[in-house]
Amino acid sequence: MDRDKIYAKLTSVFRDVFDEDDLSLMPETTAEDVDGWDSLSHIRLVLAVSKSFGVKFSASEIGGLKNVGEFVELIQKKT
Amino acid sequence: MANHALDQWQLARLGRAIAGAREQGFSLKPLMPFRLGLIGNGTLDLMVPVLTATAARHGFALECITGAYDQYLQDALRPDSALNRSRPDAVLVALDHRGLALQPSPGNEQVAAHTIDAAIGLLDTIRNAVARNSGAVCILQTLAAPPEGLFGSFDRALSGTARNLVDRLNQKVCETVVTSTDLLLDVAGIAETIGLADWHSPAQWNLAKLPFSDDYVALYAEHVCRIMGAMRGKSRRCLVLDLDNTVWGGVIGDDGLEGIQIAQGDATGEAFLSVQQLALALRARGVVLAVSSKNTDAIARRPFREHPDMLLKEDHIAVFQANWEDKATNIRAIAKELALGLDSLVFLDDNPVERGLIRREIPEVAVPELESDPSGYARTLAAAGYFEAIGFSEEDRVRAEMYQANARRLSLQGQTSDLLSYLRSLEMRIVFGSFDRTTRSRVTQLINKSNQFNLTTRRYTESQIEQLEGDGEAVTMHARLVDKFGDNGIIGVVICRLSRPGTWLIDTWLMSCRVLGRCVEQAVLGELLLRARAAGIATLEGLYIPTERNEMVRDHYGKLGFTRIDVGSDGSSRWELSVDTETGDVPMTVERQQPQLLPA
Repeated sequence: MDRDKIYAKLTSVFRDVFDEDDLSLMPETTAEDVDGWDSLSHIRLVLAVSKSFGVKFSASEIGGLKNVGEFVELIQKKT
Repeated sequence: MANHALDQWQLARLGRAIAGAREQGFSLKPLMPFRLGLIGNGTLDLMVPVLTATAARHGFALECITGAYDQYLQDALRPDSALNRSRPDAVLVALDHRGLALQPSPGNEQVAAHTIDAAIGLLDTIRNAVARNSGAVCILQTLAAPPEGLFGSFDRALSGTARNLVDRLNQKVCETVVTSTDLLLDVAGIAETIGLADWHSPAQWNLAKLPFSDDYVALYAEHVCRIMGAMRGKSRRCLVLDLDNTVWGGVIGDDGLEGIQIAQGDATGEAFLSVQQLALALRARGVVLAVSSKNTDAIARRPFREHPDMLLKEDHIAVFQANWEDKATNIRAIAKELALGLDSLVFLDDNPVERGLIRREIPEVAVPELESDPSGYARTLAAAGYFEAIGFSEEDRVRAEMYQANARRLSLQGQTSDLLSYLRSLEMRIVFGSFDRTTRSRVTQLINKSNQFNLTTRRYTESQIEQLEGDGEAVTMHARLVDKFGDNGIIGVVICRLSRPGTWLIDTWLMSCRVLGRCVEQAVLGELLLRARAAGIATLEGLYIPTERNEMVRDHYGKLGFTRIDVGSDGSSRWELSVDTETGDVPMTVERQQPQLLPA
């Protein structure tokens, strides 16, 4: 799946999880930049991404992510 | 929401929207408020929005009070914890094998027994603390065994294995539930249905401490809400069955008695038989059965009466609506007949058009979605949990029959109310008089030929009647009925005698069968009471003497409000009524014939 498509799909997942319809994602986006991105919504986010892309993540893969760009790379590797 | 299936993400969004609306002070009426305390081990917060949305499907405005992460004991024990201060309606104790510290000790019964005692002790501590501090009932969970075995099949048999500990604890939890007011959420049963390997997700436990796979949060929430529904009397009470291709295979009107499929040994027939078996089992636990079928009544009833393979019989069906009216009308009629709310009904129909109609017209009615293959019907109906119960009593066992009896009474009432307006339309006029020369011969004729509506069947000659006319201790009355079709003549005769001071014994009461069902008896009684009061009489005494022909009046006095005081060995009975008794309105005007001055 190409990067743009992943960003588009990921953006819609983020909007669902954070209930924020004009949320937009940049590769540098981190938890600090998004309202309500706490540990609980992080879990919801990972579960939702996993479901919507049909991939599974291990704890170490998720734990090592620094920003949205790395998340997209991880998804790209798995799809 | 009757028309939308929502996945857990959509449910979560809806749940957050509901919670947001509540926080902003919007009323959630007509949803019924429910406060659910949620304590346990692992990450439970993710469930909250899904629970909130699912509860709305069940008619609840749910407010969840979650404890702090893994602080369930403190939440329960401290009277001032957020949980206890919120005065929850129920507290869901969502502890799993990890929370209850079921450490395996394979082959060591002593340690195993201690482990079980400790776990039950922990649950009891929580239960008692919740009851004391918040007054709420607890919903206890059975445990889903972890699928990882140690010995293989032998795990189940050996004391102290994970499987053995879970089995034993579940048994204890069930015993606790049946001997207390606390309730059961059978997580073990839900997980078994899913499959333990799918229920438990090691990845999600490691990653987020989810006690079970997030794929099943919506299902879990559904089961929790069913229990809340059962607590609040929202479980459904009546199953409305379509007939053709739902209860049997084929169309009775086209295929005939020999053509429909319900035989054992026939794959399709057995699928329909399992629908019938489930319906009967539901009836035996108190669910009322009804039929709504587009059919001619007599044709629809034939398989019930004549097909040897039918398990369902007419007797099992409380309301049988087979006609060509639309099903929404029929289902409303069924609810009315049973005096049940529409939200007590479940409608099972193979036809997607009928299902769609009911969902649109009466969204309160539950309509399970059926696949085209009938082999899944029974499972789909059972899995939907419409008839969730938190207990089972003797009353439940006989409830279906009780509703059925009520329905019969109500249908009679229904007819009666129609009947009353019909009777009023007859413009009846009843004219009372005492025996006299002009009526003597007709009265004598009635006394000697009336057999059916005749309480004592005492025969008198015309001269005896003539004597009665002048007898100061006897009261004679005849009744003439006139209606818009004409004069029916004298149709009723009553003779009373003073049997003891203050009491009139009704020696004779008879009526012409032509005027049965027209409330003439009530009118006659009203007149008798009027006369008795005027004569200073206190009590009317009735007598029924059975013959081969007068069975129809066996309970005549009972129906009129008399009290039975004596039953003879020959089946005769004596009855009493105080003359102060008020009689209801009768659908006719009452007139009294003036004593005529006739030449002697």
